[in-house]
Formats: sequence, C-alpha cells, structure tokens
Amino acid sequence: MNPHRRSPFVLVMTVLVFLFLYVPIFVLVLYSFNASRTNVTFEGFITAFGPLKTQGSLVVQSPCGPFHWFCDLTRNQEVMTAARNTLTIAFVSTIVSTIIGTMAAIALQRHDFKIKPFAQLSLYIPIVIPEIVMGIGILTLFSQVFTWVNTTFNLPPDARLTLGMGTVIVSHIAFSVPFVTLVVQARLQGFDKAYEEAAMDLGANELVTFWRVTLPMLLPGVLSGALLAFTLSLDDFVITFFTTGPGSTTLPIYVYGLLRRIITPQVNALSTVWILIVLIAVFVIQRMENRESI
Amino acid sequence: MSEYAVELRNVVKTFVTPEGSTINAVDHVDMQIRHGEFFSMLGSSGCGKTTSLRMIAGFEWPTRGEVFIDGEPQGHRPPFQRKVNTVFQSYALFQHMTVFENVAFGLQMDKVPAEEIKRRVGEALAMVKLTGLEKRYPRQLSGGQQQRVALARALVKRPKVLLLDEPLGALDLKLRKEMQLELKTLQREVGITFVFVTHDQEEALSMSDRIAVMSHGKVMQIGTPVEIYERPRNKFVADFIGETNLLDGTVRAVQDKWLMVFVPALQAEVRALNNGEFRAGQQVSLSIRPEKIRLVEKPSECVNCFPAQVRQVAYIGADTRVIAQVIQSTLRVWEQNMVSTLDPDAYFQQNEQAWAVLPPENLLALPVD
Amino acid sequence: MGRRAPDGGVIFTFTLDNYIRLLGLQPDCLNPLACFDPLYVSILWRSLTLAFNTTLIVILMAYPLAYFIARAPQKRRNTYLFLVLVPLWTNFVIRVYAWMMLLRTQGAINGVLGWLAGLFGMPFTPLEMLYTPGAVLVGMVYEFLPFMILPIYTSLEKIDPSLYEAAADLGANALKTFWRVTLPLSMPGVVAGTILVFIPVMGTFVVSDLLGGKQVILVGNLIQRQFLDARDPTFGSAASLVLMVLTLIVTVFYTRKFGFGKEIVVG
Repeated sequence: MNPHRRSPFVLVMTVLVFLFLYVPIFVLVLYSFNASRTNVTFEGFITAFGPLKTQGSLVVQSPCGPFHWFCDLTRNQEVMTAARNTLTIAFVSTIVSTIIGTMAAIALQRHDFKIKPFAQLSLYIPIVIPEIVMGIGILTLFSQVFTWVNTTFNLPPDARLTLGMGTVIVSHIAFSVPFVTLVVQARLQGFDKAYEEAAMDLGANELVTFWRVTLPMLLPGVLSGALLAFTLSLDDFVITFFTTGPGSTTLPIYVYGLLRRIITPQVNALSTVWILIVLIAVFVIQRMENRESI
Repeated sequence: MSEYAVELRNVVKTFVTPEGSTINAVDHVDMQIRHGEFFSMLGSSGCGKTTSLRMIAGFEWPTRGEVFIDGEPQGHRPPFQRKVNTVFQSYALFQHMTVFENVAFGLQMDKVPAEEIKRRVGEALAMVKLTGLEKRYPRQLSGGQQQRVALARALVKRPKVLLLDEPLGALDLKLRKEMQLELKTLQREVGITFVFVTHDQEEALSMSDRIAVMSHGKVMQIGTPVEIYERPRNKFVADFIGETNLLDGTVRAVQDKWLMVFVPALQAEVRALNNGEFRAGQQVSLSIRPEKIRLVEKPSECVNCFPAQVRQVAYIGADTRVIAQVIQSTLRVWEQNMVSTLDPDAYFQQNEQAWAVLPPENLLALPVD
Repeated sequence: MGRRAPDGGVIFTFTLDNYIRLLGLQPDCLNPLACFDPLYVSILWRSLTLAFNTTLIVILMAYPLAYFIARAPQKRRNTYLFLVLVPLWTNFVIRVYAWMMLLRTQGAINGVLGWLAGLFGMPFTPLEMLYTPGAVLVGMVYEFLPFMILPIYTSLEKIDPSLYEAAADLGANALKTFWRVTLPLSMPGVVAGTILVFIPVMGTFVVSDLLGGKQVILVGNLIQRQFLDARDPTFGSAASLVLMVLTLIVTVFYTRKFGFGKEIVVG
C-alpha cells in the first residue's frame, strides 16, 4: 500500500471542516444584505435604488440599494465611536507591547539574571490562565489602586481615576507583551551571534550594531509579533469587558450589547466590514513580510 | 612599530561549563606573531585556537594574561576599538544589505567620506574579483562568492591584522584548494599580517609562514611548516601532523650528534638523532615517518636495519603503503612508486620477507609524556 | 478572600466562607448533608465536561484537516493555512453571532431543513436549537477549532517524509504507519492544541451567555455575574481562583503525561 496515497476519509473530513468553518461566515455576510429589518429570516436583497421606502418590516427601496445597511452603519454614531476606540486601543497597545516584548526577548536571550527562569515561565501565564481570571484580576487591581489614590489624595470628582481607555490599553499591553516576547524569542533562537560580532569587528559600537544589524535582521519576527498583538487586541472581548468604562466601548463590546437586545442587519453589515478590513490588512501585511524574507 | 603584530602573553581563558565546573579553553598561551606573517593556529576542535583568535578580535577577554596588538595592551577594549578585522567561519554577511553595503559598512563606521567609500569598496571588490556584483544580496551569491565578500569587507578597512576563522571550512574541496592559493597570493600583495585558524593540516602547511600547533588549550609547538613536520618537538605534534611510527626505548649512550637507544620491541640498540636534550638512562620515544623508512630486499650498508615481513600492502597510486612486522613491532612504511610499471615483482607482496632500514638522521628522539 | 460589606465594598478579612459556599455548604450549617446545595458543584462539573467534550470533538475535526494540509504540496499549504486563519480573524463575538443566526428557530438551518421537507412534502416543525447545551457545544467547537489545527499542523509538518517511506519499507501499511509513526510524532501538537482549547473553554462566558441563554451556566458566567450583576466580587474571586487551580491541575497533569510542546507559540 502506498503511504503517499491520500485517503478519501481525510479528503471528505477536510471538505466538511472547511464547510463548518465557512458556512456561518457566509450566512453572516448574506444577511447583511437582508431586506428584512427584523433580520429573523432572509427575505431577499434590496434591489431598488431611491429614497428609503419600507413595507412593514421590509426595506423595499434604499438610496444605497443592496448596501442599505452599510450606509445605515456609517450614520450610526455609536459604531463610529466604537470603531475609533477599537483602533486607538489596538494601535497604542501594539506599539507599546511590541517595544516592551522585543526588549524582553533580547534581555532573556542575551543576559543571565536571577529571576530569568521565573520570567521565562511567566510568559506562558496568559496561555495557561483563563482570560476571565486575568480580566477580573486586572479589574480588581485597577479598582483597588484607583480607590486608594482617589481617597488618599481626596481628588475632586472630575479628576478621579476611573476605568476607561487608559485601563483598557494598559490591560491590552499586559496580555500582548508575553506573546510578542515569545514570537521574537523564536526568531532570536536562530540568530547567529556572529552577525553582531561582525558589526562590532567592523567598528560599530553596541548601539549602532543594534540599530543597523540586530533590529533589521529581527524585523520579520518583530513584525509578526506586532501583527499578533494587533489581532489579539482587535479580537479581545473578555479583558476589555472587565476593564472598560464609559467612553471606551470597543466594537466587540458594542456588538455584544446589541446581541442581547434587538438584532438588525446592521450588525451583519458591521461584521462584514470588519471581516473585510481584517482580511485586507492581513493580506497587505503578509505581502510585506514575504517581500521582507525573500 | 613594535616588534610583533600580535602578541599573546601568558593568556588564560576560563569558561564555566553548564554543569558548573570550570575549564581552561586557553591555558597559559604565549605567542608572537610577526608583521606581515601568515600565521596559522592548527588543532582539532576544542583545542583553543578559535578562542585565542576571538581574544585577539576582542569578542572574548582573557581571564588572565594580556593580548598585545602592535605592542599595545588591549585589556578589555571592545572589538570596535581594535585595529584588527575578522573573516568569520559563517561569513556573517548582513543579509539585509547588498554586497556594496556590506563592504561599505566598516568604512561608514569610520566616517570615511562617501566618495572615498565608493572608491575603496570598488578596489576591495576588484581585489577579490567580485566587480559587478555590488547590488546583489548575500543570498544571491554562491558560497565562494560570499567568502570573497567577507574577505573584502574585512580587508577594505586596511587592518593591521586580519583574523580568519576557518574561512574555507564551508567550501567544497576543489574551490577550497583554489581559495588557498588565492588567499596566499592576496596576503603577499596586501602585506597584512594574517592569523588563520584551521583544523586542516594540509591547508596550514601549504599556506603558512609559521604554524602554532595547539591541543587542549596549550601551544604544543610553533614553527615553520618544515620545522613542524621534520622536527616535531613532542609526541603529540609528531603524531598529529602527518603520520608517524613511535618506538619506546631507553637511552644507552650519547655520542655527540647521535643517541644510542635500546628499543625492546626491536630487541636491539638503534642509532637516533640527538637534539641535545637527553642523557643516558632516560626514557625516550623514537619517531620515524612512514616515508622515511626504506624497505629493501638486501641492505647495502646496515645501520638500523632489521628483518621485516610484509603483512599488508595497499597500492594507492603515488605510493604503496605497507604494514610490516619488524621483530616485535608493527611499522607503517610508504614506498614511493618512482618507476611506472605493471610488473607485480616491482612492488612488495604480502608475506614477502625484506629488510627495513630506519635511517638515523630521520629517527627523532622525543620526550615520553 | 474577604467579606462583602453591606454597602457593596469589600472588607478584607481572612475567611474561607466563599470556598465553603462553592462546595455547596453553608458556613454556619452544622449538618452538611441537610444543607448541601449542588448548584455550584454542578456548574463546575458542567464546565469540566463541556471543556472535555469540546476538546475531544475539536481534536477529531482538526486532525484530518491538519494532516491534509501537512501532506499537501508546499505551494498550497500557506493558502490552506490562510483559510484556517480567516475565521479566527473575524471577531470572537461576531463568530458567536453567526451561530445565533444559524441556530435560531427561524434561522438558516431550520430554513434549509424546512425547504428540504417541503421538497419531499413532509411536515416540518422547526427544531429548537438555540439556547440549548448543544448550541453551546457547537459554538465552543467553532470558536476554538483553528487553535487545534495550527499546532497539529506544525508538528505534522515537521515529520520527515522519509519516515513514512521507512515505515512502508519495513512493511507497515498506511493505517499502521499512522498509528505507529504519524500519531506519536504529532502528539506534541495535540498536547499544545489541547491546552489552547481546553483552558479558554473552561473560562469563557460569551458563548454560553449568547448561545445557551439561561440554560447553560458555566464557571465563566458565574464569575462574570458575581462581578457585574450580583456585586459580590469576593465570591467571584473565590470562584475564579478555583477555576484557575482547576485548569492548572489539568494542564500540569496533561503536560507531565505528554510533554510540553513548543507548538503553542508557533500557533
């Protein structure tokens, strides 16, 4: 029997699993074009362009035609604010956690210090501890510290420390740093010390060596660490849920809030846009990375 | 200008093993390398040759002792403040820079004006015959070309000393031989002191002005290739360089340039070369190279000649390698095939009886370790 | 550890009362049998079995796919991996929402089933799928499937193809090769995947909240409610500590038995 032969079982399973992965997404996208406002069943596409015209719960005609719900979305102030919050949090936490994580990875690789084994082990904490435990841990920490600060310094109500963008960003940095560190570490493991020695041999001091040789050569690792941090931040629900406050609602939190109330195709439109943006971003980054590592 | 390009004075380098014990990778080494010399450090892996080189480059600092470059003690000076450059075993070419950028890197560090960088990089690349490949990336080059870029990158800085850490190790045999010749020619042209680390004795013998043979962190002998091969100073060097036969014995008498040594395995007294170190009654090891022993049907004059029986014969073209039983010892004998003939009688056959002649001037007395 | 103050704040005293409550007992109760309340113990047990079932189903689904990708031609592997990752890049909450659309009484699945029934002229009553334990299980499997595929793929891809040839050369058929060579060598990936799936399933509350309604309450929901609705953070903390210890025990036991795979990071 030829072991290279592909078994029909594997093939059938593969097709089924891919269907399982994609049918929900397909339905999600399809319903974003739903004519039905209640969004319970799919009532067909909105085909006519023109001023908004409804018939019961059906949208018959819209200035945007089938893209009615997408246009509707742009007029939704809450969504726009949430989108801005989400991106702000993702960008800031990615930049900070990439810098900290890269430095941590280099420190762990190059230097020996007393708590190194402990530090290395602690990188696995966000993997082996359920997110909800981390979420309430961070929440408890913030609320205790904030209460202490607010009462000790007797801050006026408008200057009191509260949960908000700041706390969300800090907690996103906290859970991203270990992932960035692990990714950069993986890249560092294959890094020949001779490159840095060569740079120093040619007259570059430690700082110049880092900027001109170490960092450029680590860049693919740093970039994929940053990409991971960015997607983790965008995707995060649980930790944001516990550390968010008024004015720092992110898209996942907003959607979660909607799901417990009424669901219009607007949510589907939002999801479709989300998937599209993430796909484009990932595609662009992968192209960049491929060029980087020819 | 001081007397030596590089000097190692009583240098010790101690490493801590992962198990927690300490090991002297370099153990009280003294070495003087002259200006313009092609100097090799030769030894098997772990003998301390690379560590010694790295201490000259500044990648490691001696635990004890001092490294001098051009008469200046280097202390804990970092690599970027030393007037030496290195060609790495792995080449360590910067993968994200072109050939030009790689070679220019060192000059940029010295803040050389851009125009001069352009000129000097061009010259360096011409010297290693890589003109025209400036815009390539290292991964687009063959192993031999990468090697040349590494060489140009180090030479363009016009160092006092060029350090080469097994630079030909990754090349295939043919390319390697070519590069050996080229490297030697290049060294003569630029006149820079080369310190060359290798485990390949043929490479060291063919290229070097002088060789330091190293073992277990210690220098076993420093000398010209001829000295190292013809007059090894101890059993290690005699055995490590080329092949040799060793016979243990006791000195019976010293007769100015000769020693009379009783060798139990030969049940006889033999005449050997006296290097002036031995007295009567001392234990010695006698070393004789296989190609220096003559195997004859009948000896004409008979100093150190013994009846021998041919045990094994291997014809390998340039010579015939014989293992002969001489009294109670087994000796390796290489007979040069000077006459071209298909006649089997011209070569020794298995089990044939003969005489082995051990010329006294090729029989070296060495100390027993 | 602490006691809830009447005003909702926390008084810090050392007490094990919350843990006693988690075990289903009353701190002041003298007869454990009489006042045993299985509520919290059953929530813990439900979470554990759900996590176990999810992991098992995910392994069974992920392995063939990972195997398929690992044996596919080099050029196509990245495309397949990309396809596995796309669902992961849509948001966690959005993925749950997609299943709400599918599973609702008038949702897409019932729609298709009804259409099929109509085609064959059969009577059809829509299935009640949303807000059932089954819905939660499906949702969990969907959420965490890619986390199993990637590490298994990574460890399968590392297997030297000449090992398959060697096994065949030594007389093993395809099935034997799989059992004796492929599966043992890919265990690090399965272990890593299990950690990446089991632990989040134990801790999540979104899936059960949206797909299980009030039917399926897990440890995650319990903790969340203590913090946000019931305002009893000390009891929530005790519950989360129990959750953390539980997952750590499972992880340590599991990694001791099968070894800790580096695949976790690669995934």
